[in-house]
Amino acid sequence: MAIENKDHKDLKPVAPMIEQPHTYETISDAVGSIILSKPQPVGWHIMLGIGMFLASFLGISVAYLFLNGTGAWGLNMPVAWGFAIVNFVWWIGIGHAGTLISAILLLLRQEWRNAINRFAEAMTIFAVACAGMYPLLHLGRPWVAFFILPYPNTMGLWPQFRSPLLWDVFAISTYASVSILFWFLGLIPDFAMLRDRAKNIWVKRIYGAVALGWRGSARHWHRYEMASLLLAGLCTPLVVSVHSIVSFDFAIGIVPGWHTTIFPPYFVAGAIYAGFAMVLTILLPVRSWYNMKSLITDYHIDNMAKVMLATSLIVAYGYICEAFFAFYTNNQYEAFMMANRFNGPYAWSYWALIFCNIIAPQFLWSRKIRSNVWALWWITIVVGIGMWLERYVIIITSLTRDFMPSSWGTYHGTPWDWGIYIGTLGFFVVCMCLFIRLLPLLAVHEVRISQHNMTGHDHH
Amino acid sequence: MISLNGKGNSVAPVFPPGVNSLVRWSIAGGVVLVLTVVGLASALYWSPLVTDVNVAKEQPVPFSHHRHVSANGIDCRYCHTTVETSSFAGIPPTETCMTCHSVILNDQEMFKPVVDSWESGKPMEWTRLNDMPDFVYFNHSIHIDKGIGCNHCHSNETAKIEDMRLTVKAQTFHMSWCLDCHKDPSQYIRPKDEVFNMDWEPGSVDAKNSYEAFGVANQEELGAKLVKDYNVEVEQLTNCSICHR
Repeated sequence: MAIENKDHKDLKPVAPMIEQPHTYETISDAVGSIILSKPQPVGWHIMLGIGMFLASFLGISVAYLFLNGTGAWGLNMPVAWGFAIVNFVWWIGIGHAGTLISAILLLLRQEWRNAINRFAEAMTIFAVACAGMYPLLHLGRPWVAFFILPYPNTMGLWPQFRSPLLWDVFAISTYASVSILFWFLGLIPDFAMLRDRAKNIWVKRIYGAVALGWRGSARHWHRYEMASLLLAGLCTPLVVSVHSIVSFDFAIGIVPGWHTTIFPPYFVAGAIYAGFAMVLTILLPVRSWYNMKSLITDYHIDNMAKVMLATSLIVAYGYICEAFFAFYTNNQYEAFMMANRFNGPYAWSYWALIFCNIIAPQFLWSRKIRSNVWALWWITIVVGIGMWLERYVIIITSLTRDFMPSSWGTYHGTPWDWGIYIGTLGFFVVCMCLFIRLLPLLAVHEVRISQHNMTGHDHH
Repeated sequence: MISLNGKGNSVAPVFPPGVNSLVRWSIAGGVVLVLTVVGLASALYWSPLVTDVNVAKEQPVPFSHHRHVSANGIDCRYCHTTVETSSFAGIPPTETCMTCHSVILNDQEMFKPVVDSWESGKPMEWTRLNDMPDFVYFNHSIHIDKGIGCNHCHSNETAKIEDMRLTVKAQTFHMSWCLDCHKDPSQYIRPKDEVFNMDWEPGSVDAKNSYEAFGVANQEELGAKLVKDYNVEVEQLTNCSICHR
């Protein structure tokens, strides 16, 4: 078995990468039948229903926002960036797990990624879509959003190229387009599999059209491998660059608590942390509803939990650095910023953040907890909340109490802020449900490669 | 187009023949379509359909600048009285018209709205041609005072304000058009006493007389000198708050 480590017998994985017996045929069946023949499980219907209910909050809140302006949100000086930027950074971060799994783990030849990369990439795209809504809604006049693009205009003006907000536009749009391209490329052979398995001629034609004439010839596979390697190469810097640029939104500013060089690495680690938590939050129930435990095994779950543990330690290092810098620079504003986080009016959010992001994941040191799906699932929920709180703390504590006490203030999200946040959660869940229903949940051809590596040439 | 299923049997084709070439052509077609749409949209956006340049609008009376200025030689300021002192150049009240028209044309059908306005005391309602958006604080007096001539903004190559039989908007008044001068006013600035000279434009006969009078060779040198003499602070002309307050 490829995954067995011969030097360290004790470090054997908790489960094989694919629970045998499986053949190429049964793998295709397990994935294809979800779309083509089997009725959807009760869990799927419940998830879709909840998602649609929550998504309706988005419609109502956005309609109210457009009719009344961004005053509907709790924004007021000194906090002109509230939930919109908190949620934006949260969602963008969640997307990063997908890119990490699909690009970096591919280049590092981490074969266990094969079973989860499709799912994680889908999550990336939907998370980026959710994130992208917030800057547009925050404009107040979303129909003039094209002003942020550099195009020849009658005003004779270019956007401000020195602003990290403009860098965001390029970073996020590149990220979204490369992610969609990579995702679609991987789907092509699986679309062809669905085309060949479908009975209904129209289903055949729809999957056939998106399969772009894939016949699985050696030349097709050669080009496919080349293209996915190139796209993986393109995606790899994006994992690091996108969230670095998002962190510049803060780090370029001079507000205490924002103006630090630790921000880019600590934001990237936090993004991957939140992303893996979200993958597990959704993957754990889906795996059980669709009886996928033989393909997405405890081995995958265990690995993802370990990635969460590692990134939680990096994030913890970031928090410690922030406190240390405040002490070591001997700068009264930095010191006050830290004291304000520990003791100020928003101290509850800071201590909740420390609990969620640093204390809770320490349970993952135990293999027992990593293999207990319920315990793991709850930890992923706690981490998701913690990563949201991280952005809340950074933005709210720093802006409400900056340099001059005369300009201090308070901030609280209004019901409309919560409505949009809950709404994007619903939108995300609906998108995931449609993805499960219409597209292959696993990259069938990649799982077959794992099967081949595990069983050798003879066993088909 | 025959595909094979897993068991090696031939199955019916999913798509009719010819779909492959359709797909190939649609890639090129898509590029052409996008370029065409963008090109047409941008051409439309710069055309008189949107900018209103050289488009005569419906007016209560067919007022002719040609008749009043070129033919009769009336000065701009006879009607646009506040152009040197106020942000608004001023549209003349009916009383100004009647200084002459109490005895000229007042029995003509086309002149009736002016007579009606005179008798009822209700001002004329002209259709505005040069309308700035509300977020632009344009001021005529500062431009006149710093040597920007009327015809620089109110005439173009084909339509001279003094020769307009029906009045039209002569320039787009796009922000990029404003900025062209605000970035470098020396291209267009003229001596203050030539502001109301409709024949003065850089390089014209009248302009060459000015160059001679100032002892300079061309507009570039005159512009540099006048910008300095008139204390035009070019650096601040592109501050947002110069026009948007």
